[in-house]
Amino acid sequence: MSVGALSRRRNALWYAALVHRLSGLGLAVFLPLHFLTLALAVEDGARLDGFFRFADMPAVKLGETGLVFLLAVHFLGGLRILFVENFTWRGNQAKLASAAGGLAMLLAFVFLIRVL
Amino acid sequence: MTPSGKPDLSVSIWRGGADGAYRTYSVPSRDSQTVLDVVTYVQRHLDPTLSYRFACRVGMCGSCAMTVNGRPRWTCRTHVSRVAKGDKLTVGPLENLPVVKDLATDMRPFFEKWQDAKGVFEPSKTRDDAIEPIRPDTRQRQLADAGVECINCGVCYAACDTVKWNTDYLGPAALNRAWTLANDVRDAGQTERLQAVASGGGCHACHSHQSCQEHCPQTLNPTASIAGLKRLTALAYLRGEIEA
Repeated sequence: MSVGALSRRRNALWYAALVHRLSGLGLAVFLPLHFLTLALAVEDGARLDGFFRFADMPAVKLGETGLVFLLAVHFLGGLRILFVENFTWRGNQAKLASAAGGLAMLLAFVFLIRVL
Repeated sequence: MTPSGKPDLSVSIWRGGADGAYRTYSVPSRDSQTVLDVVTYVQRHLDPTLSYRFACRVGMCGSCAMTVNGRPRWTCRTHVSRVAKGDKLTVGPLENLPVVKDLATDMRPFFEKWQDAKGVFEPSKTRDDAIEPIRPDTRQRQLADAGVECINCGVCYAACDTVKWNTDYLGPAALNRAWTLANDVRDAGQTERLQAVASGGGCHACHSHQSCQEHCPQTLNPTASIAGLKRLTALAYLRGEIEA
Protein backbone atom coordinates (compact mmCIF):
# COMPACT_ATOMS: atom_id res chain seq x y z
CA MET A 1 0.00 0.00 0.00
CA SER A 2 2.65 2.49 1.01
CA VAL A 3 4.73 4.07 -1.71
CA GLY A 4 8.32 4.69 -0.68
CA ALA A 5 7.62 3.48 2.87
CA LEU A 6 11.06 1.94 3.04
CA SER A 7 12.83 4.97 1.61
CA ARG A 8 11.50 7.25 4.36
CA ARG A 9 12.97 4.90 6.95
CA ARG A 10 16.41 5.08 5.46
CA ASN A 11 18.01 7.54 7.84
CA ALA A 12 21.13 7.20 9.97
CA LEU A 13 19.28 5.92 13.04
CA TRP A 14 17.34 3.33 11.05
CA TYR A 15 20.63 2.08 9.64
CA ALA A 16 22.13 2.16 13.14
CA ALA A 17 19.36 -0.15 14.38
CA LEU A 18 19.79 -2.43 11.37
CA VAL A 19 23.56 -2.63 11.82
CA HIS A 20 23.14 -3.27 15.55
CA ARG A 21 20.82 -6.22 14.90
CA LEU A 22 22.87 -7.71 12.07
CA SER A 23 26.12 -7.35 14.03
CA GLY A 24 24.45 -9.01 17.02
CA LEU A 25 23.32 -11.89 14.84
CA GLY A 26 26.79 -12.18 13.30
CA LEU A 27 28.42 -12.31 16.75
CA ALA A 28 25.83 -14.85 17.93
CA VAL A 29 26.80 -17.12 15.03
CA PHE A 30 30.52 -16.56 15.63
CA LEU A 31 30.60 -17.20 19.39
CA PRO A 32 29.79 -20.96 19.34
CA LEU A 33 32.45 -21.47 16.65
CA HIS A 34 34.88 -19.47 18.78
CA PHE A 35 34.22 -21.64 21.84
CA LEU A 36 34.47 -24.83 19.79
CA THR A 37 37.91 -23.69 18.61
CA LEU A 38 38.97 -22.87 22.16
CA ALA A 39 37.86 -26.34 23.23
CA LEU A 40 40.52 -27.77 20.92
CA ALA A 41 43.15 -26.47 23.38
CA VAL A 42 41.86 -28.99 25.90
CA GLU A 43 40.94 -31.84 23.64
CA ASP A 44 43.35 -31.86 20.71
CA GLY A 45 46.40 -29.56 20.72
CA ALA A 46 47.60 -30.75 17.31
CA ARG A 47 44.29 -29.80 15.65
CA LEU A 48 44.46 -26.41 17.38
CA ASP A 49 47.95 -25.82 15.93
CA GLY A 50 46.53 -26.75 12.53
CA PHE A 51 43.75 -24.23 13.01
CA PHE A 52 46.28 -21.52 13.91
CA ARG A 53 48.14 -22.18 10.65
CA PHE A 54 44.82 -21.94 8.79
CA ALA A 55 44.01 -18.71 10.65
CA ASP A 56 47.27 -17.14 9.42
CA MET A 57 45.93 -17.06 5.87
CA PRO A 58 45.22 -13.48 4.65
CA ALA A 59 41.62 -14.38 3.76
CA VAL A 60 40.99 -15.49 7.34
CA LYS A 61 42.60 -12.31 8.67
CA LEU A 62 40.21 -10.37 6.47
CA GLY A 63 37.35 -12.31 8.04
CA GLU A 64 38.72 -11.53 11.50
CA THR A 65 38.74 -7.86 10.53
CA GLY A 66 35.04 -8.19 9.81
CA LEU A 67 34.54 -9.74 13.24
CA VAL A 68 36.41 -6.89 14.90
CA PHE A 69 34.13 -4.47 13.09
CA LEU A 70 31.02 -6.38 14.19
CA LEU A 71 32.21 -6.44 17.79
CA ALA A 72 33.17 -2.76 17.83
CA VAL A 73 30.03 -1.50 16.09
CA HIS A 74 27.78 -3.62 18.34
CA PHE A 75 29.61 -2.46 21.47
CA LEU A 76 29.62 1.23 20.54
CA GLY A 77 26.02 1.17 19.24
CA GLY A 78 24.92 -0.59 22.42
CA LEU A 79 26.69 2.01 24.53
CA ARG A 80 24.86 4.77 22.67
CA ILE A 81 21.50 3.12 23.35
CA LEU A 82 22.38 2.63 27.02
CA PHE A 83 23.21 6.32 27.31
CA VAL A 84 19.97 7.27 25.52
CA GLU A 85 17.88 5.15 27.86
CA ASN A 86 19.63 5.74 31.17
CA PHE A 87 20.80 9.34 31.12
CA THR A 88 19.31 12.72 30.31
CA TRP A 89 18.43 12.98 26.61
CA ARG A 90 21.06 14.44 24.32
CA GLY A 91 20.43 15.55 20.75
CA ASN A 92 22.48 14.69 17.67
CA GLN A 93 21.85 10.96 18.04
CA ALA A 94 22.20 10.48 14.27
CA LYS A 95 25.68 12.02 14.42
CA LEU A 96 26.60 9.86 17.41
CA ALA A 97 25.40 6.73 15.60
CA SER A 98 27.43 7.69 12.53
CA ALA A 99 30.47 8.35 14.73
CA ALA A 100 30.07 4.91 16.33
CA GLY A 101 30.02 3.31 12.88
CA GLY A 102 33.03 5.34 11.76
CA LEU A 103 35.03 4.53 14.88
CA ALA A 104 34.23 0.82 14.48
CA MET A 105 35.51 0.92 10.89
CA LEU A 106 38.67 2.69 12.06
CA LEU A 107 39.29 0.07 14.75
CA ALA A 108 38.78 -2.74 12.24
CA PHE A 109 41.20 -1.03 9.82
CA VAL A 110 43.86 -0.64 12.53
CA PHE A 111 43.44 -4.34 13.35
CA LEU A 112 43.89 -5.24 9.69
CA ILE A 113 47.05 -3.15 9.39
CA ARG A 114 48.51 -4.81 12.48
CA VAL A 115 47.84 -8.40 11.40
CA LEU A 116 48.76 -8.21 7.72
CA MET B 1 -2.68 22.95 -17.89
CA THR B 2 -3.84 25.60 -15.39
CA PRO B 3 -4.36 29.31 -16.23
CA SER B 4 -1.05 30.04 -14.49
CA GLY B 5 0.70 27.84 -17.05
CA LYS B 6 1.67 25.11 -14.59
CA PRO B 7 1.01 21.53 -15.65
CA ASP B 8 -1.73 19.69 -13.77
CA LEU B 9 -0.77 17.48 -10.85
CA SER B 10 -1.07 13.74 -11.31
CA VAL B 11 -2.47 12.63 -7.97
CA SER B 12 -2.81 8.95 -7.03
CA ILE B 13 -5.22 8.46 -4.16
CA TRP B 14 -5.98 5.27 -2.28
CA ARG B 15 -9.57 4.16 -2.88
CA GLY B 16 -11.41 1.47 -0.97
CA GLY B 17 -10.56 -0.45 2.18
CA ALA B 18 -7.49 -2.50 3.03
CA ASP B 19 -7.79 -4.35 -0.29
CA GLY B 20 -8.32 -1.20 -2.34
CA ALA B 21 -6.03 0.35 -4.95
CA TYR B 22 -4.66 3.71 -6.04
CA ARG B 23 -6.65 5.70 -8.57
CA THR B 24 -5.09 8.62 -10.40
CA TYR B 25 -6.69 12.06 -10.82
CA SER B 26 -5.60 15.19 -12.64
CA VAL B 27 -5.74 18.23 -10.37
CA PRO B 28 -4.97 21.85 -11.37
CA SER B 29 -1.77 23.13 -9.79
CA ARG B 30 -2.07 26.30 -7.69
CA ASP B 31 0.30 28.52 -5.76
CA SER B 32 0.58 27.79 -2.03
CA GLN B 33 -1.50 24.64 -2.53
CA THR B 34 -1.56 22.15 0.33
CA VAL B 35 -2.04 18.39 0.02
CA LEU B 36 -5.37 18.81 1.82
CA ASP B 37 -6.39 21.36 -0.87
CA VAL B 38 -5.64 18.72 -3.51
CA VAL B 39 -7.68 16.03 -1.77
CA THR B 40 -10.54 18.48 -1.25
CA TYR B 41 -10.44 19.43 -4.95
CA VAL B 42 -10.76 15.77 -5.93
CA GLN B 43 -13.76 15.27 -3.67
CA ARG B 44 -15.54 18.46 -4.68
CA HIS B 45 -14.88 18.43 -8.41
CA LEU B 46 -13.92 14.92 -9.53
CA ASP B 47 -15.27 12.25 -7.20
CA PRO B 48 -17.68 13.12 -4.37
CA THR B 49 -17.45 9.56 -3.00
CA LEU B 50 -13.87 10.15 -1.78
CA SER B 51 -13.69 9.82 2.02
CA TYR B 52 -11.12 11.67 4.11
CA ARG B 53 -10.99 13.42 7.45
CA PHE B 54 -10.17 17.02 8.33
CA ALA B 55 -11.45 19.79 10.57
CA CYS B 56 -9.42 22.90 11.42
CA ARG B 57 -7.18 23.18 8.29
CA VAL B 58 -4.59 25.09 10.32
CA GLY B 59 -2.55 22.36 12.04
CA MET B 60 -4.33 22.33 15.35
CA CYS B 61 -6.84 19.47 15.34
CA GLY B 62 -4.64 16.64 14.09
CA SER B 63 -7.36 14.97 12.01
CA CYS B 64 -6.00 15.28 8.45
CA ALA B 65 -2.87 13.12 8.67
CA MET B 66 -2.28 10.91 5.62
CA THR B 67 0.59 9.14 3.91
CA VAL B 68 2.00 11.50 1.31
CA ASN B 69 4.56 10.06 -1.11
CA GLY B 70 5.28 7.29 1.39
CA ARG B 71 5.68 9.55 4.42
CA PRO B 72 3.09 10.28 7.13
CA ARG B 73 2.29 14.00 7.21
CA TRP B 74 -0.31 16.52 8.36
CA THR B 75 -1.78 17.39 5.00
CA CYS B 76 -3.21 20.83 5.89
CA ARG B 77 0.28 22.19 6.55
CA THR B 78 2.10 20.30 3.83
CA HIS B 79 2.63 22.34 0.68
CA VAL B 80 2.50 20.39 -2.54
CA SER B 81 5.56 22.27 -3.82
CA ARG B 82 7.61 20.76 -0.98
CA VAL B 83 6.65 17.14 -1.44
CA ALA B 84 5.56 16.57 -5.07
CA LYS B 85 7.96 14.47 -7.12
CA GLY B 86 7.83 16.17 -10.47
CA ASP B 87 4.11 16.77 -10.83
CA LYS B 88 3.18 13.52 -9.09
CA LEU B 89 1.65 13.04 -5.70
CA THR B 90 0.61 9.82 -3.99
CA VAL B 91 -1.79 10.11 -1.07
CA GLY B 92 -2.78 7.11 1.06
CA PRO B 93 -4.23 6.42 4.50
CA LEU B 94 -1.98 6.34 7.56
CA GLU B 95 -0.05 3.11 8.08
CA ASN B 96 -0.46 0.91 11.18
CA LEU B 97 -4.19 1.69 11.47
CA PRO B 98 -7.16 -0.14 9.92
CA VAL B 99 -8.50 1.57 6.80
CA VAL B 100 -12.17 2.51 7.06
CA LYS B 101 -12.44 3.77 3.50
CA ASP B 102 -10.13 5.64 1.14
CA LEU B 103 -8.05 8.06 3.25
CA ALA B 104 -9.98 7.64 6.50
CA THR B 105 -8.44 5.28 9.06
CA ASP B 106 -10.00 3.83 12.18
CA MET B 107 -8.26 5.73 14.99
CA ARG B 108 -9.72 3.56 17.76
CA PRO B 109 -6.56 1.48 18.36
CA PHE B 110 -4.59 4.72 18.67
CA PHE B 111 -6.89 6.22 21.29
CA GLU B 112 -7.52 2.95 23.11
CA LYS B 113 -3.78 2.71 23.67
CA TRP B 114 -3.88 6.28 24.98
CA GLN B 115 -6.28 4.95 27.64
CA ASP B 116 -4.19 1.81 28.22
CA ALA B 117 -1.18 4.02 28.97
CA LYS B 118 -3.26 5.82 31.62
CA GLY B 119 -3.01 8.99 29.57
CA VAL B 120 -5.77 10.62 31.59
CA PHE B 121 -5.14 13.17 34.34
CA GLU B 122 -6.01 11.83 37.79
CA PRO B 123 -6.77 14.78 40.07
CA SER B 124 -5.19 14.89 43.51
CA LYS B 125 -7.47 17.68 44.72
CA THR B 126 -11.15 18.52 44.62
CA ARG B 127 -12.89 21.61 43.32
CA ASP B 128 -13.14 22.81 46.92
CA ASP B 129 -9.35 22.97 47.31
CA ALA B 130 -7.37 26.06 46.43
CA ILE B 131 -5.78 26.10 42.97
CA GLU B 132 -2.25 24.77 43.25
CA PRO B 133 0.32 27.18 41.81
CA ILE B 134 2.71 25.45 39.40
CA ARG B 135 5.88 27.34 38.59
CA PRO B 136 6.73 27.02 34.86
CA ASP B 137 10.48 27.08 35.54
CA THR B 138 10.58 23.91 37.61
CA ARG B 139 12.39 20.92 36.10
CA GLN B 140 9.32 18.68 36.07
CA ARG B 141 7.07 21.30 34.51
CA GLN B 142 9.64 21.95 31.78
CA LEU B 143 9.82 18.21 31.02
CA ALA B 144 6.03 18.05 30.82
CA ASP B 145 5.84 21.19 28.67
CA ALA B 146 8.34 19.73 26.19
CA GLY B 147 5.86 17.02 25.22
CA VAL B 148 2.50 18.55 25.95
CA GLU B 149 1.74 20.07 22.53
CA CYS B 150 0.77 16.75 20.93
CA ILE B 151 -2.28 17.15 18.64
CA ASN B 152 -3.04 13.39 18.42
CA CYS B 153 -2.59 13.32 14.66
CA GLY B 154 -1.24 9.75 14.65
CA VAL B 155 1.74 10.59 12.42
CA CYS B 156 4.23 9.18 14.95
CA TYR B 157 2.10 6.04 15.33
CA ALA B 158 2.09 5.53 11.56
CA ALA B 159 5.84 6.15 11.31
CA CYS B 160 6.82 3.78 14.13
CA ASP B 161 8.53 0.51 13.19
CA THR B 162 7.80 -0.99 16.61
CA VAL B 163 4.06 -0.38 16.21
CA LYS B 164 4.28 -2.20 12.87
CA TRP B 165 6.07 -5.19 14.41
CA ASN B 166 4.27 -5.37 17.76
CA THR B 167 0.52 -4.77 17.73
CA ASP B 168 0.51 -4.58 21.55
CA TYR B 169 2.96 -1.66 21.60
CA LEU B 170 1.29 1.43 23.03
CA GLY B 171 3.01 3.72 20.56
CA PRO B 172 4.88 7.03 20.79
CA ALA B 173 1.90 9.36 21.30
CA ALA B 174 0.34 7.43 24.20
CA LEU B 175 3.69 7.04 25.93
CA ASN B 176 4.56 10.69 25.35
CA ARG B 177 1.25 11.60 26.99
CA ALA B 178 2.04 9.28 29.93
CA TRP B 179 5.42 11.03 30.29
CA THR B 180 3.86 14.50 30.45
CA LEU B 181 1.48 13.27 33.19
CA ALA B 182 4.31 11.50 35.00
CA ASN B 183 5.90 14.94 35.34
CA ASP B 184 2.70 16.62 36.50
CA VAL B 185 2.99 17.10 40.26
CA ARG B 186 -0.80 17.52 40.55
CA ASP B 187 -1.50 14.02 39.23
CA ALA B 188 -2.46 11.27 41.70
CA GLY B 189 -2.26 8.24 39.39
CA GLN B 190 1.50 7.87 39.06
CA THR B 191 2.02 4.31 40.33
CA GLU B 192 -0.80 2.88 38.20
CA ARG B 193 0.50 4.77 35.17
CA LEU B 194 4.09 3.56 35.63
CA GLN B 195 2.80 0.00 36.05
CA ALA B 196 0.78 0.37 32.84
CA VAL B 197 3.63 1.73 30.74
CA ALA B 198 6.12 -0.80 32.14
CA SER B 199 4.00 -3.77 31.11
CA GLY B 200 4.36 -5.76 27.87
CA GLY B 201 3.96 -3.44 24.90
CA GLY B 202 4.96 -0.50 27.07
CA CYS B 203 7.91 1.86 27.01
CA HIS B 204 10.53 -0.92 27.18
CA ALA B 205 9.39 -2.20 23.78
CA CYS B 206 10.68 1.00 22.11
CA HIS B 207 13.80 0.46 19.99
CA SER B 208 14.75 4.17 19.93
CA HIS B 209 14.68 4.42 16.13
CA GLN B 210 13.44 8.01 16.60
CA SER B 211 11.08 7.83 13.61
CA CYS B 212 8.45 9.49 15.82
CA GLN B 213 10.71 12.46 16.40
CA GLU B 214 11.72 12.54 12.74
CA HIS B 215 8.11 12.75 11.55
CA CYS B 216 6.31 14.65 14.34
CA PRO B 217 4.76 17.76 12.74
CA GLN B 218 4.88 19.49 16.13
CA THR B 219 8.63 18.76 16.39
CA LEU B 220 8.11 16.88 19.65
CA ASN B 221 10.51 14.14 20.70
CA PRO B 222 8.49 11.13 21.89
CA THR B 223 11.64 8.97 21.93
CA ALA B 224 13.05 11.20 24.67
CA SER B 225 9.76 10.93 26.58
CA ILE B 226 9.83 7.14 26.27
CA ALA B 227 13.47 7.07 27.43
CA GLY B 228 12.35 9.11 30.45
CA LEU B 229 9.62 6.56 31.18
CA LYS B 230 12.18 3.75 30.94
CA ARG B 231 14.22 5.46 33.66
CA LEU B 232 11.20 6.21 35.86
CA THR B 233 9.82 2.67 35.61
CA ALA B 234 13.24 1.12 36.31
CA LEU B 235 13.59 3.27 39.45
CA ALA B 236 10.03 2.46 40.53
CA TYR B 237 10.76 -1.25 40.10
CA LEU B 238 13.97 -1.01 42.15
CA ARG B 239 12.01 0.76 44.90
CA GLY B 240 9.40 -2.00 44.83
CA GLU B 241 6.62 0.37 43.73
CA ILE B 242 5.72 -1.59 40.59
CA GLU B 243 5.98 -5.23 39.56
CA ALA B 244 7.88 -6.71 36.63
